[in-house]
Amino acid sequence: MTGPRGTGHAARHELTGRARLRSALVPRANQRQILAGALCALLGFAGVTQVQSRDEDSVLESARQSDLVQILDAQSQLADRLEDELAGLESSYDDLLTDGNKQQTALEQARERREALGILAGTLGARGPGVDLVVVDPERRASAIRILGAIEELRNAGAEVIQVNDVRVVASTYVLDGDDGPEVDGIGLDPPYVLRAIGDAETLATAMGIPGGVIDSFANDGMSATVVPRVEVVVDALRTPSAPEYARPAEAG
Amino acid sequence: MIAAIGLLLGVGLGLLVQPEVPTWLQPYLPIAVVAALDATFGGLRALLDGIFDDRVFVVSFLSNVVIAALVVFLGDQLGVGGQLSTGVVVVLGIRIFANVAAIRRHLLKA
Repeated sequence: MTGPRGTGHAARHELTGRARLRSALVPRANQRQILAGALCALLGFAGVTQVQSRDEDSVLESARQSDLVQILDAQSQLADRLEDELAGLESSYDDLLTDGNKQQTALEQARERREALGILAGTLGARGPGVDLVVVDPERRASAIRILGAIEELRNAGAEVIQVNDVRVVASTYVLDGDDGPEVDGIGLDPPYVLRAIGDAETLATAMGIPGGVIDSFANDGMSATVVPRVEVVVDALRTPSAPEYARPAEAG
Repeated sequence: MIAAIGLLLGVGLGLLVQPEVPTWLQPYLPIAVVAALDATFGGLRALLDGIFDDRVFVVSFLSNVVIAALVVFLGDQLGVGGQLSTGVVVVLGIRIFANVAAIRRHLLKA
């Protein structure tokens, strides 16, 4: 690869470089000049093409085979790693999902149980079909035994929730004769006595009205009792639960 | 003069056409361009030395390009294409520097 420095022109040897350049710039359209010009055009064309292909192409297109193989290797390794990671994440996602479902179910069950227990223990209000048993007692003849009898009779007839005036009736409820008439759980009752019970309205009403039943016994004592079936009875008297002092839960099983 | 016009013409044409480089040519084109650059600078230096010859220029230009491409091709076949093209570029780069230095001495007297 030798540079173009072969035969010289002896006549131009004395000239300075600038003068030679100036004289070269004078166009002389002979065949060889045109050929040299064509080669220069080729150079310019190829150079610009190469520069632009570098601009446009990605590194991959001009990379060699061995480089490409290496890049491919690295890519597939990366893909493997990412796939592993994806699988791990998916399985933990599934785990979390089932966990969440389990917790959701447990929460649901706990909520239902709390509602049922709350209604039983009197810590939650309740509503539903039932009856109002209204006892008018202007002469205050009512005795605890009659009220208790009415409560028992309502329970026997399937009442789930009972309220006497403003007192919620629960498992520990007691009825006593006080100085001013019957007391429920230590709270004196003022007539008229209103017993609200939630249960099957028809059954409750029938049970109250049987001959010699609750209504009759109130009437025998000189009071007038009426039972009113209702589509919706609202029991809103609440009881504050007290933690048992002695009883502890036994092992389930 | 015609050479300078030709160079500008080629650049303009390349910008205008924006051709796709065929795949088989891709490894050789950059080396070929560097080799042609070397030949062109050599030609310019010869011109300033007063020993420029069209025939020599044409032959050296073409042989430079062909040999550079051949060396890279050979290197690719031997599996050392990358290293060999680097070597060719280094050698041509040194030659370009030497030629440009000579041109500079002629034009700037320094």
